[in-house]
Amino acid sequence: MQKSVKAPSLRSRGRFRKELPFHLMLLPGVIIVFIFMYIPLSGLIIAFQKFVPAKGLFGNQKWIGMDNFIYLYNLPGAISALRNTVIIAFWKMILHLIIPITVSILLNEIRSTGFRRTAQTLIYLPHFLSWIILGGILIDILSPSDGIVNRVLGLFGHEPVFFLGSNDSFRGTLIVTDVWKEFGFNTIIYLAAITNIDPNQYEAATIDGANRFQKMLYITLPNMRMIIVLMMVLSLGNVLNAGFDQVYNLYSKQVYSTGDILDTFIYRIGLLDAQFGVATAMGMFKSVVSTIFISVSYFCAYKFADYRIF
Amino acid sequence: MVEDRHWSSRLFNVLNYTIIGLLALSCLIPLIHVFAISLSSSAAATGGLVTLWPVDFTFESYAYVARRAAFWQAMGISVLRVIVGVGLNMFFCIMCAYPLSKEKDQFRHRTLYAWYFFITMLISGGLIPLYMVIRMMGLMGTFWALVIPGAVPVYNVILLLNFFRQTPRELEDAAIIDGASQWRIMWQIFVPTSTAALATVALLSTVYHWNEWFNGILYSSSPDQYPLQSYLRTIVIDMKLTNMGANDWQALVVVSDKTAKCAQIFLASLPILLVYPFLQRYFVKGMVLGSVKG
Repeated sequence: MQKSVKAPSLRSRGRFRKELPFHLMLLPGVIIVFIFMYIPLSGLIIAFQKFVPAKGLFGNQKWIGMDNFIYLYNLPGAISALRNTVIIAFWKMILHLIIPITVSILLNEIRSTGFRRTAQTLIYLPHFLSWIILGGILIDILSPSDGIVNRVLGLFGHEPVFFLGSNDSFRGTLIVTDVWKEFGFNTIIYLAAITNIDPNQYEAATIDGANRFQKMLYITLPNMRMIIVLMMVLSLGNVLNAGFDQVYNLYSKQVYSTGDILDTFIYRIGLLDAQFGVATAMGMFKSVVSTIFISVSYFCAYKFADYRIF
Repeated sequence: MVEDRHWSSRLFNVLNYTIIGLLALSCLIPLIHVFAISLSSSAAATGGLVTLWPVDFTFESYAYVARRAAFWQAMGISVLRVIVGVGLNMFFCIMCAYPLSKEKDQFRHRTLYAWYFFITMLISGGLIPLYMVIRMMGLMGTFWALVIPGAVPVYNVILLLNFFRQTPRELEDAAIIDGASQWRIMWQIFVPTSTAALATVALLSTVYHWNEWFNGILYSSSPDQYPLQSYLRTIVIDMKLTNMGANDWQALVVVSDKTAKCAQIFLASLPILLVYPFLQRYFVKGMVLGSVKG
């Protein structure tokens, strides 16, 4: 270990010379991150100000303590946005675990390589499309008047469903379409874990007379335990992420009561109504809660799954 | 295998192939539907006659899009954004990941720097403060607002640094004995041996820049600066039918526009559709490397 030295010895000077290239390589990245991550972070002080944009981010603003937070607390839409965010994010977190795990186990049982590969390629597809593209497609196929989905429902004598325009179905539509977009891509990680299972375990089970379902249940699933726990823990950080891109491109005024989320709310009051202080207060609330959850989740992942990010 | 002959196993196979097959189709059908509409006549599309095969086959909508300057201008901005944005991302990724991949005995301050970057993954200033900073920097309304603020993708840096660490130390030690500088070691040893990881990072960054639309709207001062996805938003989302009553006269105008909309949706997704199946092994590798560490 390097001992602390009072005068720069020859050895530590040589060491600094040797390490200088590393500092220089990092310098541009450090500057960019400082400007676009750390300065905005300190900009969170706006939350405690009556912010006038014209005076600038670090200008002579009026301090108002917690007024923005109190204002938000009494704003009807804010609390409902928080509730919607938690509900939507919760169901997405649950289903983003269950569906990909199930699908990856099912995919693993498919013996025909060609079929499996094709299916895999296809289920990865929606992940690569933006919510603009998917939003456009969904608005079209879910339309109550001539959407293909309602036409199919009509064949079964079902009344047309106003998927994106009614408070009864909006959240469900958000959750299902988001799971549909990402489930395929999320199988990748589980399939990798399944591939790493020692084939001897299956052979031994076969000799012991285990059938296929017993092998799935007692070999495949338990071997995925670590990765499942890890993904579960890491997903905790999304507790307030209901998916801005998706909601913003699919919602409309009539579904604000069930579909408005923190991020869309922040965007509207901040950039459309120009209430920068109030919007930042809400952003800060979200940021602090998320940070706590993400930190705890990384810590748990580190403790229980020996997960190290770097 | 013997067990596969058992009736329950056969039944399971049938069900399993059906479920996976339907799931796979569910991912493909919406796009086929859009493609079919884009190749149909306005009347057929408006009347809801098109499902998976074009009705009254015509290239009319593509001819219309070809003449639409705004579409191609937005496409041009997106292409430029991908080239410059991915270039910057790659540069910063390599320059940051390489020193961070060193062991502590080679680079004392490694952990300090790693935390400096890692913290930004835990907490962020959020929408408004970043918006203000970009305004302060004079980037508002410029192309640079789309590529510079996100130039250091911290997640990708971590992905790459974990890959760099797998490069055998002996290679580096030998190069040092031969008198190579750290810069040369980075460019001539680490970069060439990490092409798979670099391809992964490039793919992630390409998809990001191609699909990003929000900053495109937020930091542009007028719609003629929009990249493709932001432009697309104005035509496919802003005028959506859910915002209007069924008898709204505007609805008629929008609906007759349906084939053109579908043509533009399809054209905007085409580049990614053509590319991603061939890069499968790279993003699979990236996902696995990114999330199962340690």
